[in-house]
Amino acid sequence: MKPIQQQDVQRELETFMNQDVYLHLETTNGAYASHFNEKFFSAGAYIRNGLVRFSRGQITGEGPYRIGLKMDLGWIYAEGLTDWELTDNGQLLLAGHDHDGKLAVALELSHEPF
Amino acid sequence: MQRPVLVVFPHPDDEAFGVSGSISKFTNQGIPVTYICMTLGEMGRNMGKPTFATRESLPHIRRSELEEACRLAGIKDLRRFGLRDKTVEFEDQEQLADRVLEVIKELDPQLIITFYPGYSVHPDHDACGAAVIRAARKLPEKERPVINCIAFAHNTIEDLGEPDVKRDVSDVIDQKLSVLQAHRSQTEAMVQAMKEQIDAKDPEVMGRFITEKFWTYKW
Ligand SMILES: [Zn+2]
Repeated sequence: MKPIQQQDVQRELETFMNQDVYLHLETTNGAYASHFNEKFFSAGAYIRNGLVRFSRGQITGEGPYRIGLKMDLGWIYAEGLTDWELTDNGQLLLAGHDHDGKLAVALELSHEPF
Repeated sequence: MQRPVLVVFPHPDDEAFGVSGSISKFTNQGIPVTYICMTLGEMGRNMGKPTFATRESLPHIRRSELEEACRLAGIKDLRRFGLRDKTVEFEDQEQLADRVLEVIKELDPQLIITFYPGYSVHPDHDACGAAVIRAARKLPEKERPVINCIAFAHNTIEDLGEPDVKRDVSDVIDQKLSVLQAHRSQTEAMVQAMKEQIDAKDPEVMGRFITEKFWTYKW
């Protein structure tokens, strides 16, 4: 992956608009967060291969970045995004890596199931 | 009838902390205040203490809290824009500015109060302030209302200097605290933590509430 270039990501996001696409969205603070720091409340969630359609996709911020995808009846949202890549089969992968380089958030779009 | 004051914020309770004293002073003097509240704070993390709200009930609860807060602050014209919490920055910014501009043209306010774009920490706050500035910019400079902004980013004083408007609201402090407490789901934990100091009118705690600070936006 490489550091996010806002305009490049914006352009790629728009190629996924107004069609059914597969979504992977994940936040994680790691299974050991509460083990290392008992005061830390560990929480996370993910959805894999959610079939979604959005009419507006916007990346904002100055890094780390935020992305909002507007659906007919709702929203998809991720914050803390730092890196991205476009795979050979056209999947748009975005991730947020924390100060230690660990994955904290992932937002991915694909035309085919992951 | 005096020209109204227009207040524009994204979340119910944004008006409570830093502005409800000013609002109360205006309405107590008979100056009408219109409040554009862009979202219902649907994504708030405070669920009351003890918890009484759910992710699904929170917008309904916050809507009635907002209406009660407006009643207590003397706001008779509340306009909910129906956007969703945490998404203001992703909406079409030009369309949003046009919606704000329509209200500005309708009311011809003597003053607008909003967040200072870029200095208000939450992306919704920055986007809300930016929409107001963008709306006002569409008017010829001489016709633009004065815009007083709230700012609380760490670099505010460094970049913008000291606030040029400081309003003492000690005469309406009870009214302000009642507005704050009306947003029960969001402020209950804080109010409980500070209850003793508030009841005893502790000077340090009260000091934070008594002076409301604004930066006039410079074109
Ligand atoms: Zn807010």
